[in-house]
Amino acid sequence: MFRFIAARLMQTVPVLFVVATLTFFMVRLVPGGPFDAERNVPPEIKRELEAYYGLDKPVFHQYLDYLGRLLHGDLGPSYKYANRSVNEMIAATFPVSLQLGGMALGLALIFGVTAGIIASLRPNSALDYTASSISMMGICLPTFVLGPLFILVFALNLRWVNASGWFDAADRILPAATLGIAYAASIARLTRGGMLEILNQDFIRTARAKGASSTRIILRHTLRGGLLPVVSYLGPAAAGILTGSFVIETIFQIPGLGRHFVTSAFNRDFTMVTGIVIFYAVLIVFFNLLVDIVQIWLNPKLKF
Amino acid sequence: MKPLSLLLILTTLALVSGCGKREMRADAAIREQILLFGSKSEPQDLDPHVVQGVGEHNIISALMEGLVAEDPKTLNPVPGLAERWEISPDGKVYTFHIRANARWSNGDPVTADDFVKSYRRILTPSLGSLYSYMLHPMKNAKAFNEGKITDPAQLGVKSIDARTLELTLECPTSYLLHAMASHYTWWAVHMATVEKHGDPYKPGNKWTRPGSYVGNGPFVLTAWVPNSVISVRRNSNYWDAAAVRLNGVDFLPIESVDSEERSFRAGQLHRTEEVPNGKIDAYRKDNPQLLRIDDYLGNYYYRLNMTNSALKDKRVRLALNQALDRQAIVDTVTRGGQKPAFSFTPPETAGYTSRAQLKFDIEGAKKLLADAGHPDGKGLPPIEIHYNTSENHRAIAEAIQQMWKKNLGVDATLRNEEWKVYLDTQSGGTYMTSRAGWIADYPDPNAFLETFLSYSGNNRTGWNNPEFDRLIQAASCENDVNKRHELFQQAEALLLDELPLIPIYFYTRVYLLHPAVKNWHANYQDHHPFKHVYLEVPAK
Repeated sequence: MFRFIAARLMQTVPVLFVVATLTFFMVRLVPGGPFDAERNVPPEIKRELEAYYGLDKPVFHQYLDYLGRLLHGDLGPSYKYANRSVNEMIAATFPVSLQLGGMALGLALIFGVTAGIIASLRPNSALDYTASSISMMGICLPTFVLGPLFILVFALNLRWVNASGWFDAADRILPAATLGIAYAASIARLTRGGMLEILNQDFIRTARAKGASSTRIILRHTLRGGLLPVVSYLGPAAAGILTGSFVIETIFQIPGLGRHFVTSAFNRDFTMVTGIVIFYAVLIVFFNLLVDIVQIWLNPKLKF
Repeated sequence: MKPLSLLLILTTLALVSGCGKREMRADAAIREQILLFGSKSEPQDLDPHVVQGVGEHNIISALMEGLVAEDPKTLNPVPGLAERWEISPDGKVYTFHIRANARWSNGDPVTADDFVKSYRRILTPSLGSLYSYMLHPMKNAKAFNEGKITDPAQLGVKSIDARTLELTLECPTSYLLHAMASHYTWWAVHMATVEKHGDPYKPGNKWTRPGSYVGNGPFVLTAWVPNSVISVRRNSNYWDAAAVRLNGVDFLPIESVDSEERSFRAGQLHRTEEVPNGKIDAYRKDNPQLLRIDDYLGNYYYRLNMTNSALKDKRVRLALNQALDRQAIVDTVTRGGQKPAFSFTPPETAGYTSRAQLKFDIEGAKKLLADAGHPDGKGLPPIEIHYNTSENHRAIAEAIQQMWKKNLGVDATLRNEEWKVYLDTQSGGTYMTSRAGWIADYPDPNAFLETFLSYSGNNRTGWNNPEFDRLIQAASCENDVNKRHELFQQAEALLLDELPLIPIYFYTRVYLLHPAVKNWHANYQDHHPFKHVYLEVPAK
């Protein structure tokens, strides 16, 4: 196991290097620079700013500088937010995204797995169809429809919670629910499929023949194998929830990292874009590794 | 997902919210005298010498004050940190007398030297201040800012004594006091604080954090959570603290206009930055007491590329202009009470209204086009309209496209680009007509007209007229208001005759305001000095 993890960690180094390199050059290929504005910036001033941030050097030289700093974990200063560094910005906003994503994923797992198990117990029954069609709706309803809808009902009509912001505990509910529902739906469908597959296998019949209770059969025998598809889905899903929360963060005005990811590209905040992409790459690699480990633990057929 | 789970969510919601009707934040804040202010974007910084935006102005104006301040109704200059000033007869030397009780938020007295050091700082090239050119009316400021002279002692600013500041200008500048009152570039920073947190002459100084920030305005910075909230609270060291009625302001940077409007309805804001276009009519009908539409000192126009072969002919440019029904655009497309623009400078800008006026005349436009050799648009290549991504810009471009087709038989194509790409195209001059907007930094015709100087980086049309340049330069050194306005009249007449641009409408500021907000006055710069604003529970 240790060798497996070590080997996987070694593989991430070239991956991150390629990600950093591609992003570094791609953001610079797009027309427009960080200091372009509607009000003309005098050329003398623009030169000074570019010199300060090292943008006056040849691009390859800038690249080497960047890699040098990256090795020390320094993602550089933000060009747009003059008094903040990219590291600081990520440190300030990522915990918010993590909290939102964690809650959404938790909700998605609790409701998704429960719904999936219930549906799989009586396949093709009315209960199954109800659970399946609700989860289909969950998949089809985009967050930018569901979010404003929730706000309309719970914030504007019922006045139970705020329409936006990230100040008190109640502010977490609507965004986490909105983000979680889409994933809950997918998880429900995956759980149902995985469970059905296992439930039809011989060892389940044997267990039944031996007189095991159905609770025991489901929780002890079926769930372990039935959840495998969900686990493989969780890696990309966790990464997706954390990186793809831009829409939710905008609708609910949440100070998370997802918004910075998108706005920094609009601002041509080169260091911010590159820094966040590298950070996300690390996250995705980490989650995939985590999923692999959990899979090996759940499924003895897999070897490392 | 199961209905059960929805039920669970609902139960959780009910539990957390305590089930009853909550008191809305906006109502609690009225009691606390905290203004909840929708401020659109996360500020770049709060250093008045570094930033460039309007949103930044709102926040900094709570933390800092100029030597001169703004009257809350008229925005005319009134004493700020300076209790009085004298202007030399030739209009070139200003002497400011700073109040004895003017203090920084850390208790230090505000001195003339603070301003000398501050002006040197913002003009130092290595700071890379995007807005430092606002100080260029000062003697030698431009040369110093461009690195042509390096001795700061040559700048036209000096302290006579601790409380007397003398400012010498290149030319008499009639709008100087307005600019000093309304524009943060003219305000001072506490240099000892700036020096403590990094190099004061380089970008990236961290003195603007809560706890470090030292200002001299009615409020102090108490919290700054990026993309969430910036809080300012009463500054007990402010010279006029007794007159301040608010206990503080919370600035909420809500980027999405829809989210902001919903937050207002949910009782989380007293003032929004904007209103979604589609909701203006609904507010007008159902809640007119919340909707504010104020004239705003800015214009929306189309640049015409003077190097384009089809647009080189003046008659074509005039025809395109005369075929536009601006009234229809503001009535049916923008719908925010905007005024159709028939000149470049908005009417009544510092007492100036352009005599020369464009007109809407379809028959005349057709004739001009025919004279230019393009009867019914024949032989004219399609006119490309270039704009940056936005629903409103697209809708306006489509309306103009239709008007040109219907009224002149001229085809037009639309070209949409993302903001920075659009800027790149515009400054590279690779467009045919391009949408633009200009918001004046100070109330004066010069703020608009100087953008069309042949050497101005804001021109971007390739239009180059030595006579226009001469008139604007002469006006900038003219001390007599009437003579100065006359020079602007001639310059604007020339601009509208040559027409390197098509003015479309003059801006309005459309926003929502809670009825509890008092002492808030409509004005054309959308400045509402927080010192005077207060909150009062509306009568039931």
